Amino acid sequence: MRAWKFGDDINTDVITPGRYTVTTDRKRLGEIAFIEYRPEFAKEVEEGDVIVAGSNFGCGSSREHSPVAIKAAGVSAVIAKTFARIFFRNSINIGLPLFVCEDADKIDDGDDIEINIKTGEVRDKTKDIVLKAKPLPEFMQRIVEKGGLVNFLRSDGYDNV
Amino acid sequence: MASTITEKILANASHKKEVAPGDYVVADVSYTMAHDSTGPLAIESFYKITDKVFDKDRVIIVFDHFFPAPTVAGATMHQKSRKFVMDQNLSGFFTNGVCHQLLVEKFIAPGDVLVGADSHTCTEGALGAFTTGLGSTDIGGAMATGKCWFKVPESIKFNLTGSTKKGVYTKDVILSIVGDVRADGALYKACEFTGDYVKNASIASRLTLCNMAIEMGGKNGIVEADQKTLDFLGGRTGKIFRSDKDAVYADEYEIEVEDVEPQVALPPVVDNVEPVSAVEGKPIDQAFLGTCTNGRLEDIEVATRILKGKKIARNVRFIISPASEDIYFAAFEKGYLQDLVTAGATVCNPSCGACVGRHEGVLCEGEVCISSQNRNFTGRMGHPKAEIILASPATVAAAALTGKIVDPRDYI
Repeated sequence: MRAWKFGDDINTDVITPGRYTVTTDRKRLGEIAFIEYRPEFAKEVEEGDVIVAGSNFGCGSSREHSPVAIKAAGVSAVIAKTFARIFFRNSINIGLPLFVCEDADKIDDGDDIEINIKTGEVRDKTKDIVLKAKPLPEFMQRIVEKGGLVNFLRSDGYDNV
Repeated sequence: MASTITEKILANASHKKEVAPGDYVVADVSYTMAHDSTGPLAIESFYKITDKVFDKDRVIIVFDHFFPAPTVAGATMHQKSRKFVMDQNLSGFFTNGVCHQLLVEKFIAPGDVLVGADSHTCTEGALGAFTTGLGSTDIGGAMATGKCWFKVPESIKFNLTGSTKKGVYTKDVILSIVGDVRADGALYKACEFTGDYVKNASIASRLTLCNMAIEMGGKNGIVEADQKTLDFLGGRTGKIFRSDKDAVYADEYEIEVEDVEPQVALPPVVDNVEPVSAVEGKPIDQAFLGTCTNGRLEDIEVATRILKGKKIARNVRFIISPASEDIYFAAFEKGYLQDLVTAGATVCNPSCGACVGRHEGVLCEGEVCISSQNRNFTGRMGHPKAEIILASPATVAAAALTGKIVDPRDYI
C-alpha cells in the first residue's frame, strides 16, 4: 500500500474546501479530496493506500465530508502523530481506521507500507523498518467493529457502556 | 474529589456523582444543532438509526452557511434539511443568524450540554455550559437518542487579569493566546477562561474567547456563569456549576492582558500570530466584519466609531454581516448600519456570509482580505491564492477606511 505523506496541521479546508462540500454524494467527495492542495491525489490514489501525516491532522471545521472524502477516494487508513479531535471522532463514526504513531515522520511519501489493524504494527517495506502505533481504546474499537456509530446504536446502543 | 466546571457538568448530565479526565461517559444532551452544510449528512445518519427525533423542541436546525441559497446544489441541500424540519415538526428552525449566536440568544442556559455539527460550537460555553462541536454522524446519533458519548477532557485554565489598553480588544487577547498555545496546544482539552478580565468582560467578549478554543484544538470553551450571564438570559434558567479551588488542571496560563497589542493572524493558519505592526501598510482588497467570532453589537459599534462621517477607501469593499437578526435590528435602531452604509459598507443578511467562501464576498486570486472571523486557512474564502488576515473589528474597520492594514489606535 502506497504511503501518501502530508505535513502538520492539515486542515479540513485543505482536505475538502468548503466550496466543494455542497453535496453528500460519496463518489463526488472522493473526487475532490485535496483538490487544490494536492490535485494529483484523487486521480492517482489507489484502493487501499494510506495517508501518513504529522501532528493535528484534520484540524479546523467539523465537516464530516473530510474523512468521508478520504475514505471514498480509496484510502484504507490514516496514520498521524496526532489527530484533531472532531476529525478523529468522525473517522471512527464512519469506519475509517486511524492510527496514532509518534514515528510517522520516518515514513516517506511513496513508501510501500503495511498495517496490522489489530496490533497497530506498521511495516515500512521500502525501508524495512517496523513502527508501533497506538491501538484504539476499547470503547472505540467496539464502534469500529460494528462498522461505525450508526450500526453501533442500531445494535448495542448506549445501554451497556 | 475536587472537580472543574466541565467535569461537574458532564457528571451531572451522565447521572454520576463525579467523573475524572479520561473517563468515558454517556451524557444526556440538552440540545443538538446542525446547520445547512452539515445537516444533510446528519439527517442521513439519523434515518439509518430511527425515524423520530428524541425531542422536537431540542433538535435545532439553522441555515446560515449559504442562506439564501447561492447555487442549485445549495438549494438542494436546503430542501433536504427543510423536509426533515417539516417531517419531524421541529420547533427550532432558523434562517436569521449564525447558529451559535441564535443558540445563545434563544436556548442555552448554564449547565446545559450542547452538541453541534459545527466546530465553533465551543462558543456557547461562554454561558457556563458544556458545548462542543461534533461531526454529522455524531449529531445524527444524538438527534435519535438524546445522548452522546464523551471522553471527559482534561482542563486548561486561562487566568486573564487586568484590562486592555485603549484600542485593544478581546479578539486581540485571544489571538495572542492562540499564537502562544499553538493550533494543537489544547488538543482534546477543555479551555476554561477565568480571572478579573473575564469577569469584567461583556457576554459578547466572553463568546469571542470561547469561540476560538477550537483554534487551539480545544474540546470546549467555558466561562462560569455569573450575574451578568443571568441578566443576559432574561428568564431562562439553568444550573450553575463552579470549578473547585483545588481542581486539577493539565496546564495553567497566567495572562496579563495589559501587555497585549493589536494582533493579526497571517495566512495560512490561525496560530501564525503577529502584532499588527508586522504588516502595517499592507494593502487590502476586502474587509469583512461579522461571524460567530465578532459579528455582535459591540463589534459593529466600534466599526461605526471609526467610519462614521467618513468614506472607505475607493478600491476596497467592506462587507458586514451582523451575527443575528436581533443584532441587525439593534444596530439599525442605533443608526450604526446607516452610518456604515453611508461610509460605503455593504450590509448582508445575518449569516456566516463571506467567512465560509460560499457567497457574499468570495475572493479571487491574489486578493487580500482582513476579517473579524476565526479562520484564515488556504482557500477558505475563495481562491487558494487569496490571503486571509484575522484581526479585531477595530483593525478591520481601520483597514476598510485606509485601504491598508494600520494600527487601529490611530483611528479611534
